[in-house]
Amino acid sequence: MSEGTPAVIEIEVNNRKIEARKGEMLLGALRRNGIHVPTLCHMENLFPTGACRLCVVEVNGQRNLVPSCAFPVYEGMTVQTHSPRVVRARKTIIELLLADHPDDCLYCVRNGNCELQKLAEQLGVRERRYTGAKSAYKLDISSPSITRDPAKCILCGRCVRVCEEVQTVSAIDFIGRGSKATVSTAFEEGLNVSSCVNCGQCVMVCPTGALREQSHVKEVLGVLNDPNKFVVVQHAPSISVSLAEEFGLKAGTDVVGKMTAALRRLGFQRVFDTSFSADLTILEEGSELVQRLTTGGKLPMLTSCSPGWIKFVETFYPDLVENLSTCKSPQQMMGAIIKSYYAQRQGIDPKSIYSVSIMPCTAKKFEAQRPEMGSDGMPDIDAVLTTRELARIIRMRGLDLAALEPQGPDTPFGERSTAGKLFGATGGVLEAAIRTAHWLVTGSEMENLKVQAVRGLEGRKEARVKIGELELGVAAVNGLGNARKLLDELRAGRSDLHFIEVMTCPGGCIAGGGQPFIGDAEAVRARMQALYKIDRDEEQRVSHRNESVQRLYKEFLGKPLGEKSHHLLHTHYAPREVVM
Amino acid sequence: MVTAEKDIEEILGKYPNASRDALIPVLQAVQEARGFLSREAVLRIGRHLKLPASKIYGVATFYNQFRFQAPGRNHVQVCRGTACHVKGSAAVLESVKRVLKVNPGETTKDGEFSLEVVACIGACGLAPVICVNGEFHASVTPQKIQDILDSYRGKAR
Ligand code: SF4
Ligand code: SF4
Ligand code: SF4
Ligand code: FES
Ligand code: FES
Repeated sequence: MSEGTPAVIEIEVNNRKIEARKGEMLLGALRRNGIHVPTLCHMENLFPTGACRLCVVEVNGQRNLVPSCAFPVYEGMTVQTHSPRVVRARKTIIELLLADHPDDCLYCVRNGNCELQKLAEQLGVRERRYTGAKSAYKLDISSPSITRDPAKCILCGRCVRVCEEVQTVSAIDFIGRGSKATVSTAFEEGLNVSSCVNCGQCVMVCPTGALREQSHVKEVLGVLNDPNKFVVVQHAPSISVSLAEEFGLKAGTDVVGKMTAALRRLGFQRVFDTSFSADLTILEEGSELVQRLTTGGKLPMLTSCSPGWIKFVETFYPDLVENLSTCKSPQQMMGAIIKSYYAQRQGIDPKSIYSVSIMPCTAKKFEAQRPEMGSDGMPDIDAVLTTRELARIIRMRGLDLAALEPQGPDTPFGERSTAGKLFGATGGVLEAAIRTAHWLVTGSEMENLKVQAVRGLEGRKEARVKIGELELGVAAVNGLGNARKLLDELRAGRSDLHFIEVMTCPGGCIAGGGQPFIGDAEAVRARMQALYKIDRDEEQRVSHRNESVQRLYKEFLGKPLGEKSHHLLHTHYAPREVVM
Repeated sequence: MVTAEKDIEEILGKYPNASRDALIPVLQAVQEARGFLSREAVLRIGRHLKLPASKIYGVATFYNQFRFQAPGRNHVQVCRGTACHVKGSAAVLESVKRVLKVNPGETTKDGEFSLEVVACIGACGLAPVICVNGEFHASVTPQKIQDILDSYRGKAR
C-alpha cells in the first residue's frame, strides 16, 4: 500500500478481534492474521470470481455462507471460519470434486504436492460418500511443452485466467457447460495448433495434475545409460538459485556446486553453465544493437532469449518480427557450439553427443525442437528438463543434494561473468547488455556497473542510459500482458526506445513455468536477491571479460556477427499462423 | 480456405464496433444463414469482434443452439422438454445416438443425418416426439427409432 495507510477497522473472527483494512476482501484480512481458510479459485492480484466456494465462512446476518475471497469487510462484522457448518460445506465441495476425479494419486505427477490431495487430507475425507460415473476425456499431448489431462481438472479456472489476464494469450477457455464443461482450446483441437505460446504459467497455477510439463525424463535417463552417447548438460542461470526449494532448503540458496556434483553423479559427462553462453549472447546481441544504432537498422531491438515471447511476437505482432534480435537464445547458442567447436576440439563425432539443458521453462522444450534451431540436420539441443524434472531425477537416484560436496563446472563453457548470471531475473539481460554496449561503444567500463533502474520485479522498468555520446531509451518488461501494452505503444508510434528486454514469465526465469511449485512471491524475490548477491560478491562482472568467450572468438568464431556466428548463433523468425 | 464469405461479411457489417455484446447475435445470424458455425466463420467473427477463438468457442458451446458441423441431408430433432422427458425421451435420445453413432450437434460421417436436441417443440400431447425434416413422429419408443430413421435414408430433404 503506497498511498498512505488505509483506514483500519475492527472485525471479530472466531470470537477474537482482528484488524482489517477498509475496503479489502475478508480473505486478505484473515490471511494477514494467520487464519487459514482454504481456496481453490482465488488468485493473488486478480479479481475474485467466487467460483469454487471453498473459502466460505459464516458472517452474522447472512443467511447463506459467503465466499471470503469475494466478500468485503465492514466495521463490526462477526465471522466464523471453522464452524461445523462451514467445515461440512467445504468438505462436501471436495467430496463432490473427488467423485468425478480419477483415483490416481499413486501414479500422478503431483502426488505429494497436489492442492486437491492436501485439501482432502485437511478436511478429513476418509470415505466415498458420493460416487458417480467418472467422465472420460482425452489427454492432450500435442504440445511439445505441456500435457493436459482434463480428467484431473477441477475447473478452478486458474489456468484460463493466467492465460487470459496475465499473459493475454487466451489459448484456453471453459468449453461447454454443466457436467460437460471442460477447459480446452478453440474447437477442442490440440494445444499445439492453438495460440498457446508454451509459457507454462498455466502449469504453475494449476492445483492438480491436470497440467504438467511434457516430460523428457525417460529419454534422458535412457541416454545416460547408453555407452555410445556423450551426454553433456547445461544449466540456465536461474536453476542454481531455485533448485534448493525442491529439497527443503531456504528459498534463494545458491546450490550451484552441489547441483554440479549431482549432475556428475547422474552420469552427465560434461557440466556446462548456460551463463557462459549468456555472456556470448551479450557480445552478439550487444554488437547487433550497436550495428542497428549506427547503420539505421530496425529499432527498438527486442531481445530474443525467451521462446514464449518470440512465439508471442510471431503470432500476435507479426509486424514487429523484424525488431526481434536475430540472436538465438543462450540455450541454443550453447547447444550449437557444443556440437561444433567443442566436438571439433575434443575430436568427438557431434552425432554421438546428446545435449541436455536444465531450464526454468516449458517453452524451452518447444524452442529446442524448432526446425530453425540446428545445423546440418542436427538439433542444437536434444532434450530439455525443467527444474522440477531435474529434482525428480535427483530424488529418483536417491541423492542427498544438501550433503553433496560442491564441485566446479567443466571448461571451457563453465566460465561465466555475473552479468550472464543476471539473465535469470527480469532486467538482467538488459543490465548485462548495457555494461557491454558501453564498452563496445566507448572502449571503457561503466563507472558503476549496477543499473538500479532496471532491477526489481515490477512489470515494466524503463530508463534512459548514457553510453558515451549516445543516450539510449531502454525498457525491461516481464509477463506477456505487460509486453503487449508496450508493443501497442510501439505500434501507436512511440519511438524513444532503442532496446527492450522481454521475459515471458512475470518476474523472468526465476518464476518460469518449469520452476518448483513451492515458490510463492517471496521465494521469487529470494531467488532474485540471490542473483544480485552473486553480482555483488564476484569480481568478473561483464560478459566481454569472459576469457573463455574471448578464446572462443579467437579460435573459432572470429568476431561477433561474423560469418560463423551468423551460421551458428543467429536465426530468423517469421509470422506464424495459429488458431486465434 | 474461403474466409471472406459474403453473407458473413454482411452480417458483420451490421456490427461495426467490436464488442462482446454483439457476439451472441452475430453467432445466431451466422448460424441462421449457414446452418452451422464453421471453423472459418468462428475465426472470422473473432477477428471482427477482437475476441480470441477460444472465447467464442467457449461461449458458443455454452448454449445448446449452436452447431459446428454442417447439417446432414436429414435433420433429426429429439425433444427433451418436460412432457417428453416424463414419457421417456432420455431413452429415445440414447436410441437415436446409438443408431446414428453421433452425439447431439454432430453429423454422421456420410452426411446423411444430423442430430439436435431441442426443448419443447409444442407437441406435448404427442410425447415423446421426434421431428425429422420438420415431420413429427408421435409416441416414439426406442425400438421404433431404427425404422423411422431408415425410412429417411437416401431421401433428399
Ligand atoms: S491431481 Fe492430485 S488428487 Fe488428482 S490424482 Fe493427481 S495427486 Fe491425486
Ligand atoms: S502455456 Fe502459457 S500460453 Fe499456453 S495455455 Fe498455458 S498459460 Fe496459455
Ligand atoms: S487445468 Fe488446472 S488450473 Fe486449469 S481449471 Fe483445471 S484444475 Fe484449474
Ligand atoms: S477461493 Fe473463494 S470462491 Fe474460490
Ligand atoms: S415437451 Fe416435447 S413437445 Fe413439449
